[in-house]
Amino acid sequence: MAKRVLVIEDEPNIIEAISFILSRDGWTVHTHSDGETANERITATPPDLIILDVMLPGKSGFDILRDLRESPETTDLPVLMLTARGQTRDREMAERLGVTQFMTKPFSNAEVLESVRALVRD
Amino acid sequence: MVSFNLLLAVALAYVAFLFVIAFAAERSAEKGSGAWLRSPWIYTLSLSIYCTAWTFYGAVGYAARSGLEYLTIYLGPTVVMIGWWWVLRKLVRIGRSQRITSIADLVSSRFGKSTALGVMVTLMMVVAATPYLALQLQSVTLSFAVFADAAGDSWLSEDLTRSALWVALGLAVFTIIFGTRNLDANERHHGIVMAIAVEAVVKLCALVAVGVFVVWGVAGGFGPMIDLIDTSDIAQWQQSSGRWVGLTFLSGAAFLTLPRMFQVLVVENANEKNLITASWAFPLYLLTMSLFVVPIAVVGLKILPEGSNPDLFVLTIPLSQGLDGLAIFSFLGGFSSATSMVIVATIALATMISNHIVTPLWLSSKGPGAVVSGDIRQLVIGARRLSIAGVLLLGYIYFRLSGGGEALAAIGLISFAGVVQVLPAMIGGIFWRGATRWGAVAGITVGFVIWAWSLFLPSFGPDGILPQTVIDHGPFGIAALRPQALFGITEIDPLIHALMWSMLLNSVAFFFGSVLTFPQPLERLQGAQFVNIFEHSEGARAWTTSTAEAEDLLIMAQRILGSNEAQVLFQQEAQRQGKAGYLPEVTPEFVQNLERELAGSVGAATAHAMVGQFIQGASVSVEDLIAVADEAAQIMEYSNRLEQKSAEQERTARQLRDANEKLTQLSIQKDAFLSQISHELRTPMTSIRSFSEILREGGMSDEELSKYSGIIHDEAMRLTRLLDDLLDLSVLENGQVTLNMGQGNLKTVIDRAVSATAHSPTAITVKRRDGEETIPLYTDLDRLTQVFINLIANAGKYCDAKRPVLRIEPRKVAGEWVVDFIDNGAGITKENQQVIFEKFSRLSDHRKAGGAGLGLAICREIMTRLGGTITYLPGQGGAAFRVVLPPAVNPVLTR
Repeated sequence: MAKRVLVIEDEPNIIEAISFILSRDGWTVHTHSDGETANERITATPPDLIILDVMLPGKSGFDILRDLRESPETTDLPVLMLTARGQTRDREMAERLGVTQFMTKPFSNAEVLESVRALVRD
Repeated sequence: MVSFNLLLAVALAYVAFLFVIAFAAERSAEKGSGAWLRSPWIYTLSLSIYCTAWTFYGAVGYAARSGLEYLTIYLGPTVVMIGWWWVLRKLVRIGRSQRITSIADLVSSRFGKSTALGVMVTLMMVVAATPYLALQLQSVTLSFAVFADAAGDSWLSEDLTRSALWVALGLAVFTIIFGTRNLDANERHHGIVMAIAVEAVVKLCALVAVGVFVVWGVAGGFGPMIDLIDTSDIAQWQQSSGRWVGLTFLSGAAFLTLPRMFQVLVVENANEKNLITASWAFPLYLLTMSLFVVPIAVVGLKILPEGSNPDLFVLTIPLSQGLDGLAIFSFLGGFSSATSMVIVATIALATMISNHIVTPLWLSSKGPGAVVSGDIRQLVIGARRLSIAGVLLLGYIYFRLSGGGEALAAIGLISFAGVVQVLPAMIGGIFWRGATRWGAVAGITVGFVIWAWSLFLPSFGPDGILPQTVIDHGPFGIAALRPQALFGITEIDPLIHALMWSMLLNSVAFFFGSVLTFPQPLERLQGAQFVNIFEHSEGARAWTTSTAEAEDLLIMAQRILGSNEAQVLFQQEAQRQGKAGYLPEVTPEFVQNLERELAGSVGAATAHAMVGQFIQGASVSVEDLIAVADEAAQIMEYSNRLEQKSAEQERTARQLRDANEKLTQLSIQKDAFLSQISHELRTPMTSIRSFSEILREGGMSDEELSKYSGIIHDEAMRLTRLLDDLLDLSVLENGQVTLNMGQGNLKTVIDRAVSATAHSPTAITVKRRDGEETIPLYTDLDRLTQVFINLIANAGKYCDAKRPVLRIEPRKVAGEWVVDFIDNGAGITKENQQVIFEKFSRLSDHRKAGGAGLGLAICREIMTRLGGTITYLPGQGGAAFRVVLPPAVNPVLTR
C-alpha cells in the first residue's frame, strides 16, 4: 500500500507542484490548506509523513507541530517543515518543537523527494 | 456757698434731664420721626465722649504741669478724623456690612470669627479700661470734695467714697435702662447717643464759660491774658519732640481702638457720610475744648494758693471768685464728661463680655440643640446687664484700691497705651490679607504683656504690685527686664519707653506670626472681605445648602431678636418670596441675612455657631471652598514652579527615551519588513522554481505543459507586481516622488479607475452618483486614480456578499470634499481596522487577493503626498473607505 503524505500548505501553486512531484514518485498525496483544522485532520487519518508550511491561515505551522508532538499518537510522526521563512530563528524554533526536517522555499524538487523518501522508511 | 445737698440735687436733676432726653429720643426713633437723630451733628457731638473728665479737668492740670504737651491728646484724633478716608471710612463700612458689635468682634470676626481672639481682646480691654472708669468716678468724687472744701464743710471721706458708689450705681441704672433696651447692639442706642450729644454741648459750654470768665473776668481781657501767659512757667516749658510724636500717635491710635470710641465711631454710625462732616467738625470741637486750657492753667497757678490741685482749676477758680453758679455749671460739664464716657464705655465693654465670653461659654456648656431649648434673648440681656454692673463695679473697686492718688492724665495715658495694643491687629487686619489669627494673637499677647510689665504694674507705685527691687534691678536680677528700662534702654520717659517697646514688638510678632502661619479658609475669606470691603460690601459668608426648617430658625430667631421682630423679619422675607403665611423658603440668602441680623445681637461668631447648628452640612460654604481653592492654588503655584523644572527635565528624558524607542522600533520594523519581503518573494519563487524543474524534466502532456507554464507566468507576474509595489512604496515613503499636478475633475478620475478594474476576474458592480461627481480637482490625477483603482480592486477581491456591490459616493463633509467607497460585504472587524493600512497586512486568504498586502499602505502614502487622507469609515455595513480629497488650491477652481 502506498505511503500517504499530507501536504499542509495554502499556496495553491505550491500544493500543485508538491503533489505532482510526489504522486509521480508513487506517493499518495493528501492536501489540506487550513491551519485551524489541520490537527483534527491528522488525528482522524494519520499519514505517514506531513509536509508542513508555517504561514497558514488560522493556525501557524509551529503551533500545529507543537500540538502534534504533545499528542502521544502523533509524537513520532515525521514532519517535514517547508517554509518561505528561512531565518535561523525559524529553523531553531522548528527544531525546538521537534521537527523531523526543516527546508526552506524555494526548494529543489529532487531534495524534497529525497527527504520524503528518507523520512518514511519501509 | 454750695451745700452738698444742693450739689446732689443739681446732679440728680441733671441726670433726670438726661433721662428725659434719652426717653424722648427713643420715642422719636420708635415713631420713625427721628431722622435728625441720625444727623452728622449728633454723630459729631457723640464723638466728644473722647473728651472725658480727664480732658475736662485733667487737660488744665496737664498744661500746668507739662505746658503745651496736653495738645497731643487732641492732635492724634484730629489727624485720624482729617484722614478719615483711609482708615475710618473702611472701619465704618466693615462695621456696617459685617454687623460688627465691638472692637473685639471686629478682630475676632476678621480672624476667622475666632472666639479665642474675641475673649482675649475683651479681657484686655476690660483690664485697660478699668483704671479709666475709676478715673471718672474719682473725678466726680474730687469735684464733690472741692465744693466741700469751698463750703468749709467737713464732708467725711466716707461720704466721698459713698458718693462715688452712688454715682456708679446711678450710671449703672441709666446704662442698663438705655443700653439694653435693644438687644441688637447694632441697632443704634438713640437715647444714649442723644444724651451724650447733649452732654457734649454742656461740657463744651461749661469749659468755654469758665475760659471766658478767666480771660475777661479775671485776667482783664485778651491782651493782659497773653502777657500773663508769656510771663508764666508754661511758656518756659521745654517740649520733648519724642514725647510729642509718641503721644500724638498714642492718642490717635487710642481714638481708633478705645472700645467706647469704636462704639460711637463705628457701631453707632448711622450713615457713612456723617464722617465727612465729623472730619472737620470734630477737630473744631477739640480745638474749642483746648482753647482755654492754657489761660485757665496760667490764671489758676497765679491766683490760687500754692499747692492747689491744677486738675481742679476749672472748679476752684470760679469758686474762689465766688461765682457759685459758674462753678456748678462747670461741675456739670465735668460730670457730663465723666458720665458720658462711663455710659458708652460700659455699654461697649458689656457688649463684648456678653457676646464673646458669656454667650459662647453658655452655648458650649449646653452643647448642640441649646439654641432651641434655652431662651437666648433673656440670657444675652441678662448677661449684658450683669456685665454693665460688673464693669462699673470693677471701676469702683479699682477706685477704692488705688486710693485715687495719681494725677488724672497719667492714668488716662496708661489706659491708652493698653488699648492701642489692638491697633496692629486691627489695621493689619483691614489692610493686609496675609494677616492671620496667630499673628494677631502673638502681637496682642506680646504687646499686652509688655504694656502690663513696663507700664501698668509699675503704675501702682513702688511696692504696689511690683516690689521696688524688681523695678530697679529687674526680676531675678535680670537687668534687661527692668520694667522701665527694657533691654537696657534707659533715659527715655517711662510712657514712651513702654509704648515704643510694646508697639514695636507687638507689630513684629504680628507680622512674623502672620507670615509664618497659614490662614484657615474662614480667615482667608473674612480677610478678603475686610481688606476688599469696598469691592463687595454686601458679602457675608453664604450658607449654600440648607436643610434647616424655617420654623426652627424662627424659634431660634425669636429667642434672640424678640418674638415680634423675628416674625416681622420672617414675614417680610416670605412676602418678598411671594409666599403666603409667615414662613419663608430657607434660601441661602435668607440664612445669610438672618445670620447677619443675629450677629448684630450676639456677635458674628456666636451667630454663625447658632445658625450652624441648624444648617447641617453647611459648615463648608461655596465661599469657604473658594477660599480653600484659593489656598490650594497658591500651594499649587509654588509646587508648579518646582514641577515645571522637573517636568522639563523629564520631558527631555522622555524625548530621549522616545527617540531611542523609535529607533529600536524602526530597527524591529526594518527586520520584520525584510523578513516579510523575503517571504513574499520566496512564495512565488518557489512555484516558479518547482514548476520550471518539472518542465525541464519533460515528458508530460501538452495540457500539463500549458498549465504549468501558465503557473510560472502568473507567479512571475506576481513577483513583478510585488517588486513594483515595493519600489512605489519606497519612493513614496522616502518622499522622492515627483507629483504631476494638474487640473481635472473627479468624474474623470472615477471613470478611469472603474474602467481599469472592470475587466479583472474579481470585478465588482459599481454604483455611482453621476450628478454629484463634477468636482474640480487640482492634484496628481494619476496618483489619485491609482488610489481609487486600489480601493475598487480591493472591494472586488474581499467583498464577501453574494452579489457584491460597491457604492462610490462623493459628498461634502465639514467643508471638505470626500469620496466614500462602501461595499455590501461583512466589513472589517474593529481590531483589523487599525492594521489594514500597514504593510503586508492581508487579512484574509491571500490566494484570492494575489497582492502582497501593500495596496492600502501605498494608498495612504499617496493621499498623504497629495494633501488628503484615506481612512476606514466604521459603521457603514460593509467595508467603507473615505478619501478626503486634497483641497483644490488653484484659486480658479475653488469657486
